[in-house]
Amino acid sequence: MNDKIFRTILYLAACLMPVVCGGIVYALVTDAFEAFNHFGFLNFLTSSEWSYTDGTERYGALPFITGTLLTTLLALVFCIPFSLPVALFVGEYFKGTRIAEVLSTITSLLAGIPSIIYGLWGFYTLRPIVMSLNISPQGSGILTASLVLAIMIVPYAASLSAEFVKMVPDDLKEGAYSLGATRAEMVRKVIFPVAGSGIFSSYILAIGRALGETMTVTMLIGNTNQMPGSITETGNSMASIIANQFGEADGLRLSSLIAIGLVLFLITAIINLIGKYLIKRARIV
Amino acid sequence: MCALLSIATMVAASCGGNNAQTSEGESKRESIELSGAGATFPLPFYNAVFEEFHTVNNDVVAYGGIGSGGGIRNLKDGIVDFAGSDAFLSDKEMSEMKPVVHIPTCMGAVVLAYNLPGVNELNLSGDVVADIFAGKITKWDDARIKELNPQAQLPSQSIIPVYRSDGSGTTFVFTDYLSKVSKEWSEKYGVGKSVNFPAGQAAKGNPGVAGVIAQTANSIGYVGSEYAFAQKIPYATLKNQCGELVKPTAQSISAAANGEMPSDTRTMITNSSAKGAYPISCFTWIVVYKEQNYSNRTKEQALATLDLIEFILSEKTQGITTKVHYAPLPAKAIELSRENLKAITFNGEALKK
Repeated sequence: MNDKIFRTILYLAACLMPVVCGGIVYALVTDAFEAFNHFGFLNFLTSSEWSYTDGTERYGALPFITGTLLTTLLALVFCIPFSLPVALFVGEYFKGTRIAEVLSTITSLLAGIPSIIYGLWGFYTLRPIVMSLNISPQGSGILTASLVLAIMIVPYAASLSAEFVKMVPDDLKEGAYSLGATRAEMVRKVIFPVAGSGIFSSYILAIGRALGETMTVTMLIGNTNQMPGSITETGNSMASIIANQFGEADGLRLSSLIAIGLVLFLITAIINLIGKYLIKRARIV
Repeated sequence: MCALLSIATMVAASCGGNNAQTSEGESKRESIELSGAGATFPLPFYNAVFEEFHTVNNDVVAYGGIGSGGGIRNLKDGIVDFAGSDAFLSDKEMSEMKPVVHIPTCMGAVVLAYNLPGVNELNLSGDVVADIFAGKITKWDDARIKELNPQAQLPSQSIIPVYRSDGSGTTFVFTDYLSKVSKEWSEKYGVGKSVNFPAGQAAKGNPGVAGVIAQTANSIGYVGSEYAFAQKIPYATLKNQCGELVKPTAQSISAAANGEMPSDTRTMITNSSAKGAYPISCFTWIVVYKEQNYSNRTKEQALATLDLIEFILSEKTQGITTKVHYAPLPAKAIELSRENLKAITFNGEALKK
């Protein structure tokens, strides 16, 4: 009897999440329909015009898709020099030692810092540095946002890829040493090829976080709706345009913002699925 | 999405809920809970007024600062007693809903905040401001700025314009002014709560813009006067239509309304031709339905709404405006509004005679 009740509760709880997820997708699709219907799905994705003029409103998502993909891609590039050494330090060179434990704990702590704190740090510390280096006169922009995003995703990339580095079988490593390889050569010729797809997939999962990051990006990207001409210029990401304009939007603009939300949802889902798939394959190897 | 906003307003309303009737309350009717939503610009003023209104009438007013557009949307959905808006409804918007009445509640302005190391006084004129935000004047030591500021040590640095990234009544008032003083602005960029500014960067809300300016040398941006006054941000002196250089103050803002006014008070007073007027001044309105019987509202609720509006228009309440960094309404606006209140009905019957 008790067991039955427990099972029922379990089933209900398990069913709830897919229902919530399905509900979100349903709401996004129905509310975005007006925009897709008005502009056409492809046209909405490829138009770079975002103009509010009453009567001739034109909303296109391209500048924001570009902004999101650019910041994410740059964040990924900038995060590699931080997270890869941490992964090797924790997973290979100081594997199992006290110091590795301390380092990985500190790195994971970064994940617990609220994004508004990263945003404030970027705004008050990093932005003046960018200005004083004459990289851009206004300091805000895609580059500044990506740098802070990079630091935000380091813990995700580092901790997961450290696991994959640890998983490289010892006999493979010993084989390399017995052939006279130095440690650096072993890392390059054994660990990277064996753990490579795992490391790659952990980066893919890390950028899942960068894609949807809203607060930090809104504070640092400059929030302009034009296509960014270079990475030092200001722009807007998909999450930041929604955060900026949702409050006062109605009608077609509201629908367009929700459509951007749907596209962001799809991009994030696809990237996460790719990451999951790669991790599965990496485990088999 | 409307549902989401309405929940927010409902939560706000229920939080303020306190129906306890005090024995010394002299009000003829039961205490009522009123809810409004809309413009964030008059929020500090409204908070002070509603608190005062509660002590006098024992009615509770909950106001959600969700933006002018959101407020009007809530009024359309019939879930609020009144909406606050920085922009009056256009004829087209009015035609899409049941008849409404606009009541101005106080005045404010848009000021040009700047960050120029070594420059303590900055004079600007409308056409220069328009060209700065259009990206045509790009250096601080441009001849046209120098001409207005013969004394100042203007740096030879790029100007960084800062504007609002969110839809805002402040942007509406500012671009309305730019469109009046610059033909090119009105043709290319126009007026609106959101406008595609061609140059500079954007930030969310008055605090966002003011924050970016404070942190960025050589920047200039527009900020609501209530925020700039309260935060003591440096702002520019502007040349008005009479050619006078005017600093934004409660007096110069109120002076901007000393002109012709239509009977429904739907007017923009930017670039006012009045003497001593600060040129980017504005009203903020409360918008209510002419017919107060909607969404099962009671007559008491309708009466309380009217009481609240009359309370705001009273001399005593208008006296609060300057304390919370706004400017009082001119006598003419109050007179017209009192007249307009007579048109408000419940089941077709006028509530005020």
